[in-house]
Amino acid sequence: MNDDAVLKIVEKHNSEGDGIISILEDIQSKYSYLPENALKTVAEKTGKSLVDIYGVATFYRYFSLKPKGKHLINCCLGTACHVRGGQTIADEFQKQLKISPGDTTSDREFTFETVNCLGACALGPVTVVDGHYFSKVKTTKVKQILDEARKGLDAIKVEGDKRIFPVEVSCTKCNHTLMDREVLIDEFPSIRLTISFKDKHGSLRLSSMYGSYNIVCEHQLPDEATVNFFCPHCHAELKSHTICPECGEHMIPLMLKGGGIVQVCPKRGCKGHLLDLF
Amino acid sequence: MINITINGAQLAVEKGTTILEAAQFLGFPIPTLCHLEGLTPYGACRLCVVEIGEGARAKLVSSCTYPCEEGMKIRTSTARVVKARRMVIELLLASCPQSKTIQDLASKYDVRQQRFKQEWETCILCGRCVRMCHEQMTGNALGYHGRGETRTIGTPFNIKSEECRLCGGCIYVCPACQLRCTFTDKENAICNGCVNLSLPCVEKDKFKEMMCYMDPCVACEISGTHYSNL
Repeated sequence: MNDDAVLKIVEKHNSEGDGIISILEDIQSKYSYLPENALKTVAEKTGKSLVDIYGVATFYRYFSLKPKGKHLINCCLGTACHVRGGQTIADEFQKQLKISPGDTTSDREFTFETVNCLGACALGPVTVVDGHYFSKVKTTKVKQILDEARKGLDAIKVEGDKRIFPVEVSCTKCNHTLMDREVLIDEFPSIRLTISFKDKHGSLRLSSMYGSYNIVCEHQLPDEATVNFFCPHCHAELKSHTICPECGEHMIPLMLKGGGIVQVCPKRGCKGHLLDLF
Repeated sequence: MINITINGAQLAVEKGTTILEAAQFLGFPIPTLCHLEGLTPYGACRLCVVEIGEGARAKLVSSCTYPCEEGMKIRTSTARVVKARRMVIELLLASCPQSKTIQDLASKYDVRQQRFKQEWETCILCGRCVRMCHEQMTGNALGYHGRGETRTIGTPFNIKSEECRLCGGCIYVCPACQLRCTFTDKENAICNGCVNLSLPCVEKDKFKEMMCYMDPCVACEISGTHYSNL
């Protein structure tokens, strides 16, 4: 348990004059629960008594004093979901996971909770797993949902999700295509670029999925490192006058097939990107 | 000064005086449970309800928290007030029947039975111990946990608090006698004089450093160890 992280959170909120709840929210989002030591640190640093902080932590259902599992399942038992059989869905989850609401499975995989309304009554009975909504759930679908959650619901699914699509790009200087059909990332041809940083040179492959930040690189790129990008064909440096809205670096322009320019940030870890369609 | 009328008797009180204080000054009896002189009013038990206002606008308020207002007409024992108090006592009896304080109240208001599901709680959430700890003992060891029907009183993480000095003030003010008379729990009870001849507070180490306010007490009478006898 890292005390420094808690101290940092408390100090950040203390300087902004924030209350206990925002501090506890940040700690919970970091550790997925409120560790005992963290509450003691908060009490010490904010000058409030531990009793009061413990009272706040137990008052709100959002806060948990027990470690949560890797996947959080929220089953709605609001009025609308209840009349459509929300309780039987909740029972089925309990039966399959062998835990009662609020508990975590012994392998720390799943935490099962019930909630009184998610505000999605028309979709009832609703179950939310790791932020993904499952509507009109049936008891027969419970097993499938659990299997999907085990695989990871945050993995990119190309079919069905309209926000994520593959792009085909070329160099803005020589117009030569940058697509590399030999190496696939996210199951689509990757974008090959030459990079140099410090005194190292090499090639780097970006995912061609718009919305995916996966890369493959022969060098280990440290976080927040800024790298110079070059076209592997004409060797011109790819650098535009546009500044990244997130971090202020000069962005890399890439010509889109079909007209348009997509610009991505050269800084490792920064997710800044722009899309201009002609 | 503010002029009020309690049961027809006129009185001028200072601004900020509560109805309970004014009524006690005149000698009108109002039963209380969560109220304790020296602690901030809390208004949790609703035993001290009185009727204010007239005609259709007459309403019941808790006298321990309601400050006097100019021209206020207060009635402390109308049929409506007594009915409300008897109901409160019935509900208290349903949750914590083993408390001597509540039994005495029931006997005084002639409540002979209660109609609700019988529970055997050890706490009625009056908050006396929490306020005692915080305000008189500057302890901050006790507080409320949870919410709604799962609300409880206790120390953080339900273990002995670092801030607790074992002053015993919380037990002293507890009307539910949570620790005074827990004859079912032989190990942790402090007194236990009614069922044991061996008294835990004298014999067990964990009670050694405890400052005790429980005077008179069977344990002290038997062993003669109470601080007042030293």
